[in-house]
Amino acid sequence: MSIDNHMKLSFAARSENEAFARVAVAAFVSQLDPTLEQINDIKTVVSEAVTNSIIHGYDNDPSGIVHLEVEIAGDTISILIRDEGRGIEDLDIARQPLFTSRPELERSGMGFTIMENFMDEFEATSAPRQGTSLRMKKRIESKKSIVQLIPRQGLGAWISNGSDLRRRVILKMRRSKGSSR
Amino acid sequence: MSLQVELEQQRNVLIVRLRGELDHHTADIVRFKMEDAILRGRCDHVVLSLRDLQFMDSSGLGVVLGRYKLVKGRGGRMVVCDAHDNVKRLFELSGLFKILSFYDNERSALAGLEVVS
Repeated sequence: MSIDNHMKLSFAARSENEAFARVAVAAFVSQLDPTLEQINDIKTVVSEAVTNSIIHGYDNDPSGIVHLEVEIAGDTISILIRDEGRGIEDLDIARQPLFTSRPELERSGMGFTIMENFMDEFEATSAPRQGTSLRMKKRIESKKSIVQLIPRQGLGAWISNGSDLRRRVILKMRRSKGSSR
Repeated sequence: MSLQVELEQQRNVLIVRLRGELDHHTADIVRFKMEDAILRGRCDHVVLSLRDLQFMDSSGLGVVLGRYKLVKGRGGRMVVCDAHDNVKRLFELSGLFKILSFYDNERSALAGLEVVS
C-alpha cells in the first residue's frame, strides 16, 4: 500500500508563521506514522528553510510570500520551500557550516548544515533577485512500512536491513561530528 | 506556539528555564530577558534549564551562543541541563557541545558551578 498525497501552502513572510509552517507539515506527514525523532527532524528543517526565506529572502518584509509544498509518494516525503526574495549570491559559501551573511542578527550559520544532515536529499537553487528554492526528501521508515516489510522479505531480511540502517545512522553521526570541527 | 522564560537567581547564578518552542520568532524574548537579568542581577554564571523546551532550531543556537559570549566575557560560566535529545543533537552538530557543559538536572548543574564559583 502506498500513500500518494500532496499539499500546498502560501503565507506571509512573518516570523509567527515559522511555527505555523512546521506544525502544518508535521500534521500532514503524520499519516506516514513517523517516529517522534523523524517528526522533530522535519519540523526543524521546515523551520530553518522558512526562517531563511523570511530573514534572508525578504529581509523581514511581511509583504513577501513563502511557498511550501509537501508531497508523499510511498514512504518518501518531498518538501519544497520557495521564496521570490533577494536570492543567494554564492550557494557554496552559504552552505558552509557557521557561515552567516547576517552576523549582526546573531544567526548561528547552521541552517543549511542542519537541513543537509536531517534529510536524505537536499538541493538548493537560487539566483540574485530571483528567489531561492529548497527541495528536500526524507524516507520515513515508519512502524507501518516496517510491518509491511516483515511478511514480504521475512524476519531475517528485516533484521539485517535494520542493522544496515543503524550502521548508516552511526556513519551519519560520525560525519556530522567531523564537520563541526 | 510560544515561549515562556522563567528566571530565578540563586546567589550569583541565574537559572533560566525555557518552556515551549525556541525559534527566530521567540529568540528576541530570550535575548532581552537574559541580557537584562544577567546585567541587572550581577550574575556570574548561568544555568540554562531546558526540560520543558519542546523545540529549538538554529535561531536558538544563535541566541545561546550570544549569551554564552556575554557570560564568558564577564568571567562567568554557562551550563545547560535537562535538554531533550533533539535539542542536544543541534548542540552537537554545531560544536556548542564542546564549549558548554551539559548536566542531567538543575541540581547537578548548580553543583558543577559551585566548584568554580
